[in-house]
Amino acid sequence: MIRKSRGAARVLKGSYLALVLAFLYLPILVMFALSFNESVSRASWTGFTLDWYVQLFHDQNIINALKVTLEVAVIATAASVVIGTLGAIGMYCMKQGWFNLMAVLSNIPMTMPDMVTGVSLMLMFVFVKVPLGKATMIMAHIAFDIPYVLLSVLPRLQMMNPNIYEAALDLGCKPRQALTKAIVPEIAPGIVTGGLLAFTMSLDDFVISYFTSNTDQNLAMIVYSAARLGVKPTMYALSALMFVCILALLLIVNRRSGLEIL
Amino acid sequence: MKRQWYAAPYALWMLLFTLVPLLFVAYYAFTDGSGGFSTDNILRIFQPGYLPVLLDSLRLSLYCTLICLLIGYPTAYFLASRDFSENKMLVVLILLPMWMNFLLRTYAMMTILENNGLINMLLEKLGLDKVQFIGTEGAVLLGMVYNFLPFMVLPVYTALKKLDARVIEAAEDLGANPLRVITRVIVPQSIPGVISGVTMVFMPAVTTFAITRLLSNGMIYLMGDMIEEFFITVNNRNAGSALSLVMLALVLISTLLLRLVNPDTREGRA
Amino acid sequence: MKKIALLLSLLLALSCFSGFALAEDVELTVFNWFDYIDPATIEMFEEETGISVQYVNFTTNEEMYTKLEAGAGSYDVIFPSEYMIERMVKHDMLAELDLSAMPNFANIMDSLKNPSYDPGNAHSVPYMWGTLGYVYNTEMIPEELTSWSALFDEKYAGQILMMNSMRDTIGLALKYLGYSMNTRDEAELNAAKDLLVEQKQKHIEAGYLLDEIKDKMIGGEAAIGVVYSGDAQYAIDGNPILKYVIPEEGSNIWVDGMCVPKDSKHIAEAQQFIDFMCREDVAAMNFDYIRYCSPIQSVADNLSPEEAAMPALNPSNEVAASCEYFNDVEDAMSLYENVWMEVRLAR
Repeated sequence: MIRKSRGAARVLKGSYLALVLAFLYLPILVMFALSFNESVSRASWTGFTLDWYVQLFHDQNIINALKVTLEVAVIATAASVVIGTLGAIGMYCMKQGWFNLMAVLSNIPMTMPDMVTGVSLMLMFVFVKVPLGKATMIMAHIAFDIPYVLLSVLPRLQMMNPNIYEAALDLGCKPRQALTKAIVPEIAPGIVTGGLLAFTMSLDDFVISYFTSNTDQNLAMIVYSAARLGVKPTMYALSALMFVCILALLLIVNRRSGLEIL
Repeated sequence: MKRQWYAAPYALWMLLFTLVPLLFVAYYAFTDGSGGFSTDNILRIFQPGYLPVLLDSLRLSLYCTLICLLIGYPTAYFLASRDFSENKMLVVLILLPMWMNFLLRTYAMMTILENNGLINMLLEKLGLDKVQFIGTEGAVLLGMVYNFLPFMVLPVYTALKKLDARVIEAAEDLGANPLRVITRVIVPQSIPGVISGVTMVFMPAVTTFAITRLLSNGMIYLMGDMIEEFFITVNNRNAGSALSLVMLALVLISTLLLRLVNPDTREGRA
Repeated sequence: MKKIALLLSLLLALSCFSGFALAEDVELTVFNWFDYIDPATIEMFEEETGISVQYVNFTTNEEMYTKLEAGAGSYDVIFPSEYMIERMVKHDMLAELDLSAMPNFANIMDSLKNPSYDPGNAHSVPYMWGTLGYVYNTEMIPEELTSWSALFDEKYAGQILMMNSMRDTIGLALKYLGYSMNTRDEAELNAAKDLLVEQKQKHIEAGYLLDEIKDKMIGGEAAIGVVYSGDAQYAIDGNPILKYVIPEEGSNIWVDGMCVPKDSKHIAEAQQFIDFMCREDVAAMNFDYIRYCSPIQSVADNLSPEEAAMPALNPSNEVAASCEYFNDVEDAMSLYENVWMEVRLAR
C-alpha cells in the first residue's frame, strides 16, 4: 500500500520535472533544428543541410571571436581561481568583524546589475586614460569571476576539519607545504566548481565585455550584433556546438570529481 | 601565521574594479553635460513621464520572481527528494540552459511565439484562431521566467539537499503527517535557499533588457532598456549613470531587506 | 607568505596599468557596420597588399562615436554616416585624406562628390548610399501606398513597425508635416512629437525595432515596416510580395562614408584600403553582397534591367531630389533627445 502510493508520487514528481525540462529545452531544441534548416528564414523549413556548420568554420569574424572568447575566459578563470582561492583562505582566517566586511564586499559585484558594472568600468578606464582593449576586458572579467570562486571555496573551508592544517605542521610540513598538501586537496572540489562557474560566466558575458573592450569582440558580442540584424543560422550552429561542448565538459567534471554545487 | 593576508590581492581587486568604478557612476550621475553639479538626472526618474518605466520594471520583476518561486520550489524539492536524489544528471540538465547565450535562447523563444511562429502554426493546423503573443506583457514575463528559473532552482535545491533526512524521519516517527512535515520542517529549513534564490532572480529581472525588445518589439520598455538607450543610442552619459545609480540603490535596498529576513546570513550564497 | 601575498597584489596593481603589454601585430583595424562588406573583398585586399585586416562591428553611429572616443588610436578606417562625419569633422577627429594618393576616387559618381557635409571630400569618401522609406506587404495591403500618411492611418493599426532610431523617426514625422528633417525649431519638433505620441497611444505602431524589421517583414509579422533602402532590397529579395516606397513628401538620403580617425597609426595603409574599396570590381562585389546603392558610377551603369527598376536600388532623379541629407543639429540635439524620450516613454 505504502509502496504503491510512493510509486504514484514518483510518477507525479517525475512528470512535473519532465514538464519543467520541456519548458527549458523547447527553445533550445528549436535552435538545434534551425541550425540544420536549409532556409535562412526562421519561418519555413525547406530541408536538411550542414552548410551552416561549414560556413561557421569559414567565417573569420567568428573564428577570431572564438579565439578572443577562449583567451579571455582562460586567463580570467586562471587568475580568478588563484586570487579567489587565496582570498577565501585569507577570509577564513580573519576575525568575525573583518570577515563580515569582506563578505559584504564580495556580494557587491554579484548584486550589481551587469550593465552598471560594465558602464562604471568603462567610465573609469576612460577617465584614467587606460585604453580599452583585451587587457581591460580581462581585468573586468577577473573582477566578476572572483566572487564565484570565493563563494564556492568558502563553504568547503568552513566544512573542513580545522585541525588538518595544524596536524600537517605537527607532522613536519612547512607552512607552504601544509597549504598545498593538506588544505588544497580538501577544498579542491570547491575550486573546480568555482573555476567552472567563472569560466562559463566569462564565456557568456556580453554586457560587461561590450563596455570594457575595444576592437576585440567575443562571441557573445557577435551574437548581440547579429541578433539586431536577424540571426543567421550560423549563429544557431555555433551555439549548438557550444552547447554540446559545455555538456561534455560538465559530464566529464561530474564524472571525475562530482560537482560541488550538486 | 598571518594567513589573512592571502586575501589582500582579492581586496585590492575588488577595490579597484568594483568600488572605484562606482564612484565614477556617482560622479556622472550628479553632474550635467558640462560637468557642473546637478541633481536633475536623478530627479528626472521620478517625473511622471519616467516613473511608469520604473514601476513597470519593479512590477514585472516581482511577478517574475513569484512565478519562478512557484515553479522552482517544487522542482528543487522533487530533485532533492529521495526519489530523484540519486540522479545527479537531472540537476545538470536543469542548470545547463543557464550556460547558453541568453540572447540566442530568447531569440529561439521569439521564434516560438511569433505571429507565424511555432505555436501559431500549430493553432492554424488545428483550425484555431491565431493568437498575438509578441508585444504582450505575458510574452515578456515568459521570457524572463524562462531565463531566470534556474537561478531559483539551484539555491533552493542546495538548501534542501543539506536537510538532514533523519530530521524528516524523526518528524514522521513523531506522528507528523506529510503536510505538517512540509510546512513545519522542510519549508522553514529551506528559507535561506529561497532568499538567495529570490535575490538571484530579482536582480537580473529588474535590470532586464533585450528580452523586452525581442519579445515585445520594443513596446514594453523597462529600466534596462532605458539605460541601454541612454548610453548607446542617445549618448547621454549623465542620464544613463543616474538611472544606473537609482537601479543599483533599488537592488541593494531589496537585497539588504532580504538579508534581514534571512536567519542564516553567514552562510555564503550557493 | 605575507610577503608573497603583498608582492602578488603589487604585481597585479602594476599589471593593470601597464595594460598587460600583450604584444599585438601591426594590422589595419576596420570599424564598420555589422555585415556591411563582402568578406571576400577583405581577403582580396589582404592578399594583394600583404596588410592584414581586423574587422570590427558597430550597430549605430552613436555607438561608434562613443567607442572611438574611449579607444583613441585603435581604429584605422571607420564608416560613419554623413551627419556623424560632419560632427566628427567639427570635433577634429578625422584625418585629412590625400585624394591624389587614391586614384580610384575618380570612379565615384559626380553627384556624390564634394558633398555639403564634407566639402571637397577632405575627410571622407562615399562607401554606400541610400534612402529611407518603408516596405509594405502587398497581400495584406492591396491598395497602392505612396505617402508617409500610411504610417499614421488607423486602418493599419497594430501592423506598423517603426524604426528605433532617433533622427530617422523624428525626421520622417517632420517630413510628413512638411518641415525639414534638420529643423531646429522647437514648435516644429513638438508637432512631430505629438504626431508620434498619438500614433503610439492609438496603438497604430506595433513596435520600435531596428535591423530586426527586415526579418519581421519577410516573415509576414507586420504589414508596414520603416527601413533603409538596402534592408528593403534584402526583404524584397527574401519575399517578393513586399514593395518599397520612398514617400512623395520626400525622405532622407544618406551616405555612409569611409574615414580615417585622426589618431590612426596607419594612415597611409588606411587610405590604401579606402582606395581599394573604390575599385570598380571590388565595389561591384560589395554591391552584390550588401544591396545598397553603390556610389561607383560604373556599378550604377551596369545594373540589370530588373535591378534598375527597383526603387530601392535605383531611385529616380526626381525622388532623389526630394530627399535631404541629415545635417548635424548639434546645438538642437538636446531638443531632439527630449522629443525622442517622450515618444519612447509615451503610453
